[in-house]
Amino acid sequence: MGDALAVYGRLVSAAIRSQLQYRLSFVLDVVGMFLVASLDFAAVLIIFHNVPRLGTFSVGEVAFLYALSAMSFALAEFVVGHLDLLNEYVRTGTFDVMLLRPRGTLFQVVSADFRLRRLGQLLQGVAVFVYALSVLDIHWNAGRVAMTLLTVICGAVIFSAVWVFVICVVFWTVEGTETANAFTYGGQFLTQYPIDLYSQWLRRLLGYAIPMSFVAYFPALYVLDKEDPLGLPSFLRFSSPLVAVVAVVFAGAMWRFAVRHYRSAGG
Amino acid sequence: MIEVERVEKRFVAWRKRGALRRERHEVRAVAELTFSIAAGTVCGYIGPNGAGKSTTVKMLTGILVPSSGRISVAGLEPSRQRIKLARRIGAMFGQRVQLWWDLPLVDSFELLRHVYRVPTDRYRANLARFRELLELDPFLQTPVRQLSLGQRVRGELCAVMLHDPEIVFLDEPTIGLDVVAKERVREFLTDANRERGVTVLLTTHDLADIERLCNRILMIDRGRLIYDGTVDDLLARYGAERTLVVDLEAPAPPLDVPGVSSVRVDGLRQWLRFRREDTTAAELTAAVARRARLVDLAVEEPDIEDVVRRIYTSGSDLTGV
Repeated sequence: MGDALAVYGRLVSAAIRSQLQYRLSFVLDVVGMFLVASLDFAAVLIIFHNVPRLGTFSVGEVAFLYALSAMSFALAEFVVGHLDLLNEYVRTGTFDVMLLRPRGTLFQVVSADFRLRRLGQLLQGVAVFVYALSVLDIHWNAGRVAMTLLTVICGAVIFSAVWVFVICVVFWTVEGTETANAFTYGGQFLTQYPIDLYSQWLRRLLGYAIPMSFVAYFPALYVLDKEDPLGLPSFLRFSSPLVAVVAVVFAGAMWRFAVRHYRSAGG
Repeated sequence: MIEVERVEKRFVAWRKRGALRRERHEVRAVAELTFSIAAGTVCGYIGPNGAGKSTTVKMLTGILVPSSGRISVAGLEPSRQRIKLARRIGAMFGQRVQLWWDLPLVDSFELLRHVYRVPTDRYRANLARFRELLELDPFLQTPVRQLSLGQRVRGELCAVMLHDPEIVFLDEPTIGLDVVAKERVREFLTDANRERGVTVLLTTHDLADIERLCNRILMIDRGRLIYDGTVDDLLARYGAERTLVVDLEAPAPPLDVPGVSSVRVDGLRQWLRFRREDTTAAELTAAVARRARLVDLAVEEPDIEDVVRRIYTSGSDLTGV
């Protein structure tokens, strides 16, 4: 484990060094990301300019949800964002080269790159978070601080796991990346809003099939000390770590299954 | 070192039938393949494109799982013990870059050292030796993307050998290289085999690679083994005929040189086929020059496709020769 982490560190720092070879492009990416993400949040503010509340949620509360989700997502993008290149890895034989090396394939794919350019997105998430805190009057205590931190981490883990799970489609069809993006980017979009806005079937999909509501919604209810407008049991508010573990287990199993398929079908 | 027993690899392909309907059909990339290679052998694995060469190599290295049959490489089963096997083999697949594209060459070696957990003293000793043999020093600090093909191939060879593999799989290691670079690659492989006892399996289209390197040849076509024997034997039977192409100053009837067959005449150009053991290109050139005034000449070596074709037309099954 320690050795794997050390090697991950080396490979990722190599990837970052590679990106920094193109310094201008890197800076433009970070700034661009920040601006695009900010426009996205501007849309939320415009909605609240016209209506005082979304369901039972105030602008600050939605901003809080949005920030949790955005920060988790940016962290997940750092680590696994380049999975959208997996089809390229498979098509060009890079994946075969990984099969020749004495390390797990998922480990190698994940450590092949690091999307540091998503820094722009992370900064935007942090900015929205600061805004949310300035608007809201949260009664901070140790539990709530810990829950907020834990939520961002668990959220990143859940996003990453969903990402790994859906990208496996690439091992069956190289054109699968778009399908996978619909789940990952689409899923992230949904987590930015309180789930009680969505119709029941979509909520079920979110709550059960894709564990997105555990990224921000449930833990945020705890931190904001809010009644669940849906009246769902309160233990859900503390379930994110468990969901994260389960998501990782499922993603790992799916990955193994997909790679086994690839190795017997021959890509 | 390598044992392959009745191995088959079938792929499922889908053929389009109309707008939406597709028909499933099976492609047999490798069929009933059986051979074994002893430790320390340099074995050429040859055959035309699409014959099943890379499918075999992918099965031997654990990338692909065979549909049926048994494979043992260095005492391990590649498909089940991929990671264990990976520490003991090295592989270089032609155009695929294993090096880190944007980083100095030496950084790739450093990264691979950690990926493979090469002990520090082994790493130092190996790198020092390979730097010398492959003359890497002038471009050790150059980003890989800026290397010439020849430099990159030398870098890749070094990368493949750093963790002291017992077996090395090479796919077209000399393709696209100039004569000098080819020779350097061959010398390096010869050294690895002699000094380190590395077993080598290489696929190539270059007869000179085979002549210079291999002491054993496996030839495969349409997924089946069609020849297993020594290089000398193969060349004596099928690769012995070379062709001298001459451009004459004035049109002439087909040149008549004893023991040489005139195979084609096209205007001023004539093709003369001769056998290696009968005469040399120099002798034949002199003989032609005595009969007509020469403007230009070239010697064509038989290529693998040629040899395969000839094995086919001879109609005999040569496995086990």
